[in-house]
Amino acid sequence: MKIHEYQAKEILRSYGVPTPRGDVAYTPDEAKEVAEKLGGRVVVKAQIHAGGRGKGGGVKLGSGADEARELADQILGMTLVTHQTGPEGRLVKRVLVEEVLPIAREIYLGMTLDRATGKSVFMASSEGGMEIEEVAAKAPDLILKEIVEPAVGLAAYQARRMAFKMGIEGDAFKAAVKAMMALSKAYTATDATMLEINPFVITEDGGAVALDAKMDIDDNALFRHADYVKLRDLEEEDPLETDAIDHGLNYIKLDGTVGCMVNGAGLAMATMDIIQYAGGSPANFLDVGGGANADQIKNGFRIILSDPNVKVIMINIFGGILRVDVLAQGVIAAAKELDIKVPIVLRLEGTKVDEGRKLLEESGIDFTLAADMKEAAEKAVAAAAA
Amino acid sequence: MSVLVNENTRILVQGFGRAGQFHAEQCIAYGSKVVAGVTPGKGGQEALGVPIFNTVSEAIEATGANASMVFVPPPGAADALLEAFDAEIPLVVCITEGIPASDMVIVNDVLKNSSSRLVGPNCPGVISPGTCKMGIMPGKIHMPGKVGVVSRSGTLTYEVVGQLTAMNIGQSTCIGIGGDPIIGTNFVDALTLFQEDPGTEAIMMIGEIGGNAEETAAAFIKANVTKPVAAFIAGATAPPGRRMGHAGAIISGGKGTAADKQEALEAAGIAVAPSPAEMASTLAKLL
Repeated sequence: MKIHEYQAKEILRSYGVPTPRGDVAYTPDEAKEVAEKLGGRVVVKAQIHAGGRGKGGGVKLGSGADEARELADQILGMTLVTHQTGPEGRLVKRVLVEEVLPIAREIYLGMTLDRATGKSVFMASSEGGMEIEEVAAKAPDLILKEIVEPAVGLAAYQARRMAFKMGIEGDAFKAAVKAMMALSKAYTATDATMLEINPFVITEDGGAVALDAKMDIDDNALFRHADYVKLRDLEEEDPLETDAIDHGLNYIKLDGTVGCMVNGAGLAMATMDIIQYAGGSPANFLDVGGGANADQIKNGFRIILSDPNVKVIMINIFGGILRVDVLAQGVIAAAKELDIKVPIVLRLEGTKVDEGRKLLEESGIDFTLAADMKEAAEKAVAAAAA
Repeated sequence: MSVLVNENTRILVQGFGRAGQFHAEQCIAYGSKVVAGVTPGKGGQEALGVPIFNTVSEAIEATGANASMVFVPPPGAADALLEAFDAEIPLVVCITEGIPASDMVIVNDVLKNSSSRLVGPNCPGVISPGTCKMGIMPGKIHMPGKVGVVSRSGTLTYEVVGQLTAMNIGQSTCIGIGGDPIIGTNFVDALTLFQEDPGTEAIMMIGEIGGNAEETAAAFIKANVTKPVAAFIAGATAPPGRRMGHAGAIISGGKGTAADKQEALEAAGIAVAPSPAEMASTLAKLL
């Protein structure tokens, strides 16, 4: 689950990570109010679940409360396009209004899962403000890494080692070490899977502050963080994908014309691949799960068909222990109820295949049956091109 | 011959509830020896003719179980795994999907200092066709033989096994290592087992986008595996930055693409199937 910068900062503050003073605003008047309380110069930052906001014009500096109001008026309601939003951009509905700090230098701090060791890894780089992927490509030596022992968290010596290597000195050194350890603590306690502070700044008065914050929370751990559910911003998510999650499905929209419905994530990816291999393009990823019951199939159809680009639907279910006759009944019922107009190509594997085929053939609906996934993909791609 | 499970495998099931019993029944029907269930608070009861115990160590002591199949739901799954390691059971196969990553960090840490081997989580399990099915895979699509199968996916494994069996190519053991970012047994571990198993003559490896386990495996194969290996990588059409169903299947920061993995495998001399329809036929050419 992605959360907004202002939400992440609120969480980080509660674990002792210094952040600029500020607050969220939904209207220009609220932005003015926040700026009045802060006093002095402010920064107004668009709150969307994507990076690159500054370059897209979503982050602006103002001299005071009146200008904060003006800037919020410009940013709220704008469609912000960044390299992470895609060309359609995101509508901005919230801004964060913060004090402006005297910045001496910018660094990068981050934490994520290191698959190779099966532990968390804390990363730091003196190249603050730059995309970490860019640093990794151009100068991987500039990224410092410390593997975090699960029983210990980021140890003080590890934080010191990174701070020394980045050449942080004086009062800021102590502040930075303390902040890094607090970040590690926050990451673990909140079940984050990604935490990125870019930039983390050293101020002219020797402070160390998280100027930005990007944080993803592990969806699988939300069961023990009931209070985080309210942090979810559904407007930042694709409504079809949310709809799918609500029905136990996993859907990702793509831009092709062959809709597909598959049980299991690996087979679903492989089905997309074979559609492309057959000369077509997949319209979506859709995993109906290992079970694939009638209700899931119906919702799967409904969600696939809300994409107007879909010209054909390919169903690829390797049921194994599932009964194909039961699956076929589900497909027939859903096709009738939803009055599906596009061709449906089916590849169903499991027990009672013959009974299943018979039901499909006798249903009066024009299903195309395929013996294997290759034939199914070829038939689906041909139907999409017709 | 086979690896991990065989006719001597005595399975206990942790999380012997509805799903656990359903799949245990299928395992028993296949011929696997399911000797105990563990559900705290239900000790002394019985289901499917199998005795239920409160703790893993009690179950081992009473039944001689030497492998645990775990169905405990995510909130309690990590605890179930820690209990299994504490009881020093040699093999733990965790089917559960959706365990928090931070729990797996702790599980992984304890695992390293234990005598147990963990397969999974978020996997279909392990099967040695004809002798022992320890998992949720459909038994009847398998056929005894000499190809070792290792895969990060569930149903895609069934697909490749179905293809192999249709071509009359049997399998020694099929290992679903799981789709999570932190797993107990990785490609290299499974490849090591197959390389050392006299009953395995060739290896089919099914990878997918995310992480660099396939690249690591490619280097390992080049240096250590003398048996022929064929591979397929799912997700060539997956968009970057999106999690494709499995927690571990994500291209992040341009890393973990199918193209990178295919390239690494091919560079190591491994035959890579161009499409998922040609997984078994790619392997067949090596036999």
